[in-house]
Amino acid sequence: MEPVLELRQVSKYYPGHEAVKELSFAVPRGALFSLVGPSGCGKTTTLRLVAGFEQPTAGDIYLNGVRINSLKPHQRNVSTVFQNYALFPHLTVRGNIEFGLRRRTAEAERRLRELIELVCLEGKENRRIWEISGGERQRVALARSLAVAPEVLLLDEPLSALDPKLRKQVRSELRSLQRRVGVTFVLVTHDQEEALSISDLIGVMNEGRLEQVGEPREVYERPRTRFVASFLGTVNWINGVGIRPEATRISRDRPPQAASIPATVRETVFLGNCIHVEAETGGGHVVVAEVGAQDGRFERGDRVYLWWEPADELRVSE
Amino acid sequence: MSRLLGVYAAAVYAFLHLPLIILGVFSFNASRFTVWEGFSLRWYRAALENPQLLEACWNSLLVAAAATLLATALGTLCAYGLWKRRSAPIEAGLYVSLVTPEVVMGISLLAFYQWLFRYFDVRLGMHTVVLAHVTFCLAYVVLVVLARLRTLEPALEEAAMDLGATEWQAFRRVTLPLAGPGIAAAALLCFALSFDDYVITSLVAGVDSETLPMVIYAMARRGVSPVVNAVSTAIVFGLGVFILLAERLRRA
Amino acid sequence: MSRLRSWFLAPAGLWIAFFVAAPLGVVAAYSLLTRGTYGGLSEPWTLENYLRLADPLYLKILARSFWIAGLTTLLCLILGFPLALFLARSGERKHLYLALVILPFWTSYLVRTYAWMFLLRDTGLVNTLLIEAGWLERPLALLYNDGAVILGLVHGHLPYMVLPLFATLERLDRSLVEAAGDLGAPPRETFFRVVVPLARPGIAAGSLLVFIPCLGAFLTPDLLGGGKTVMIGNLIQNQFTAARDWPFGAAASLALMVLVMLMLGLLLRRGGERFL
Repeated sequence: MEPVLELRQVSKYYPGHEAVKELSFAVPRGALFSLVGPSGCGKTTTLRLVAGFEQPTAGDIYLNGVRINSLKPHQRNVSTVFQNYALFPHLTVRGNIEFGLRRRTAEAERRLRELIELVCLEGKENRRIWEISGGERQRVALARSLAVAPEVLLLDEPLSALDPKLRKQVRSELRSLQRRVGVTFVLVTHDQEEALSISDLIGVMNEGRLEQVGEPREVYERPRTRFVASFLGTVNWINGVGIRPEATRISRDRPPQAASIPATVRETVFLGNCIHVEAETGGGHVVVAEVGAQDGRFERGDRVYLWWEPADELRVSE
Repeated sequence: MSRLLGVYAAAVYAFLHLPLIILGVFSFNASRFTVWEGFSLRWYRAALENPQLLEACWNSLLVAAAATLLATALGTLCAYGLWKRRSAPIEAGLYVSLVTPEVVMGISLLAFYQWLFRYFDVRLGMHTVVLAHVTFCLAYVVLVVLARLRTLEPALEEAAMDLGATEWQAFRRVTLPLAGPGIAAAALLCFALSFDDYVITSLVAGVDSETLPMVIYAMARRGVSPVVNAVSTAIVFGLGVFILLAERLRRA
Repeated sequence: MSRLRSWFLAPAGLWIAFFVAAPLGVVAAYSLLTRGTYGGLSEPWTLENYLRLADPLYLKILARSFWIAGLTTLLCLILGFPLALFLARSGERKHLYLALVILPFWTSYLVRTYAWMFLLRDTGLVNTLLIEAGWLERPLALLYNDGAVILGLVHGHLPYMVLPLFATLERLDRSLVEAAGDLGAPPRETFFRVVVPLARPGIAAGSLLVFIPCLGAFLTPDLLGGGKTVMIGNLIQNQFTAARDWPFGAAASLALMVLVMLMLGLLLRRGGERFL
C-alpha cells in the first residue's frame, strides 16, 4: 500500500544549528505514527516541516505521492494540533471548530454536529475557550483540526499541557478516537511510555537523525542502537551486553543451568506493582532487576546471583 | 507577505522621517529658494546674528530648565507615592491633564491667572510660563518614573527597613538610586516637551517672555524662511540628541 | 508607612488642584457670565453661552472637527497597522525600528508642522519638482486646505496609533496565526478573521489616543489650514484672543472637555491597558 506521507532525505539547517539531518520515513495510511526523542532532537521541527510552517533546506516531502515542498500551510491537506492547542480566544468552542469549514452550508452544519458529538462537547458549543477545562480544550483542538478532513493529523505533544493524572485516560481516548475516524496521526512526544502504548509505528529521533523506525515491540525489544535501547527504557549494560530490568533474573542461590554473576544488593526501590533491586557486581557495575512485589525480599547487603536468557540480550550496533 | 510588509513599513518610515530630513538638507542651501545652489552655512549665521532669536532661545532654555527641575521633583515623589499605593483622585487629575487639549489648558491657565491678578499685583511673564509648563509636564514624569518603579522589586525596601533603615532612608538610599535612570529620562523628556511648546506658552506668556517656538511660529505664519529652516534643523538635532540619551537611560 | 506616603503625594496633589482643577473651575464660572462691553466679564449669570453653541455655525465647526479627527484616525490606522505588524515580527532589530517610530514623536511638533509648510507651499519642494519635471505649469494649491491639515495631523499622531497596536500584536500568540493557515485560511483571511479581532484592544486604544488630541488640535489647522480650516481648538483660541469673548470661549472649552472626558472614560474601559 502506498504511504500517505513520505519524507525523503529531508534536512533543515538553521544558522549554526542542524535541526534535522537527512530524515527519511514513510507513514502508512490510517496509522498512528509517533516521533519520539529527547527535547531538541528535531521532532517538532519535523512536524513543522510537514505542516509547512518551515521550509526544508534539502529533501522532499510527499503527501499522497505528490511533492508538497513548495505549498503554503493553507494549501496542504494536513492539520496540526498545537502543543498549547492555539485555540482562538475570540471565538467560542463552536467558532473554533467551524473555523476551517468556512462555508455555512447545511453540510457544514451537519459536519459540525458530528464533530461535537465525536469529541463529546455537546452543550458546550457556546462556551468561551477559557471557560472549559484542559481536557476539553484538547478535544476542541482535535475537532477543529478534524473538521478540515486532513489526510494527516499532526499532534505536537498533545498530552503535555494536561494534568499528569489525566494523561493516561486522555491517551487511550486519543487512540480510540484515531481508530474511529481512521485518519492518519503523526504524533510527537518526548514520553516513551506514551509512544509505546498508543502507536502503530514509532520513530526514535536523536540529534536530528532518525535512529530506528518500527512497531513498538520491535523497537523496544530489538533496538538497533544503544541510544534507542536506553531512551525507550532502563537498560543494564553488562560486559557490552544490554539487558532490560524485567529480563534480569535475580536469586540468592546460584542458578543451576546458566552462567551467572555474583553481586551485592545496594538498594531496593518499591514501585507499587513491582520492586527494583539495585545490585553491584564485582566489576563495579550497578544492575537493576525487576521483581514482583511479592516475590522474595531482598535487603541491603544481601549476596545475590544475576543471570538472564540469551534470547533477552539486546543486540545493538555500537 | 512579509516582503510586502517590509516595503510598506519602509514607505511609512519615509513618510515619518523624510519631511524633516529634506528640511535639514535645505537648511544648508546657499539659495533662499527651493533650488539647490550649493552648500552654505549662511542661514545658520543669519540666525546667530538675529538678536530676537537669541533672546527667545535663552528664554526657552531658562523656562525649560526651571520647569524640568520642578516637574521632575514633584513627579518623582508622586510616582513613588502611587507605586506604594494607588490614589484615585490623583490618578484622575493626571489623566485629565494628559488628555486636556492644549488650547483648553492654555486658556484655563490664562483665565486663572487673570482671576488671581485681581487680588495680587503680578503680570504675565516667565514665571507664569514656567508654572504652566510644570503643569503639562507633571503627568509625563509620573508616567515614565512609575513605569521604571514597576520594574523594581518592592521587597528591596522592606529588606532595607528590615536591616534597620527608616522609611525615608530606604527611599533615599535604595529606591531613588535604582529609579535614577527613569528619573533622568523623565527629566530629559520634560525638557524636550517644555522647549517645544507653543500653544500653551503663547497664551500665558507676557511681553518679555517670548520663547523660541513663539518666534518660529510668528516667522512661519509670515511664510517659509530659510532662517527658520536653519533654526528648525538645529532644534531637531538638539532635541534628537536629548531623546536618544533619554531612551538609553530608560533602558539602562 | 501611610503617613510618609501622603507626604510624597501631597505636592503633586496640591499642584493638580491648583493648576489643573482650579483653572477649569474658573473657566466653568466664566462660561456662565456675560461678555462685558470692552471684552471683559460682567454679570448677569446666564446659560446664554451654552445655547449659542447650538448655532448652526458652531455645530458646523464641531462637525468639521469630528470629521477631520475621524479621518485622521482612520488614516493612522491604515498606515499604522501594517507598521505595527512589521515591528511585532521584526525580531532582534525590534528596538531600533521602535526607536525610529518614537523619535519623531519627541522631536518638535512645531518644527514638523513647519516642515510640511516647506514642502507643500506654492514654491515648496513638491511643486518646484513637479514644475521642473514638466508635469505642472502652475503650482498646485497643496497648502492651506483640509487635506494639508489631515496630512499634518496624521504625521504628528501616527506613533500614538502604532505603539498600542504594537503592544497587542507583540503579545499575539504566533501559533494562532499558524493554526489559521493550517486550517486552510490564506494570509488575507487569517488577517481579517484572527489578527484583527485579536488586536481589537490595541485598535480601540490607538484610535482614541489619536482621536482625542486631534479633536482639540490647534497648531496644525492654524498653520497648515491657513485660517480657512477652523476646528474647535481654533474657535476657542480666537475667543480668548482676537474676538475677546471669554464667556463664550469658556463655554466652548467646557463642551470640548466633556467630549474629551467621555472618550477618556471609553479609553480606560475599552483600551484595557492603564497608563499609570
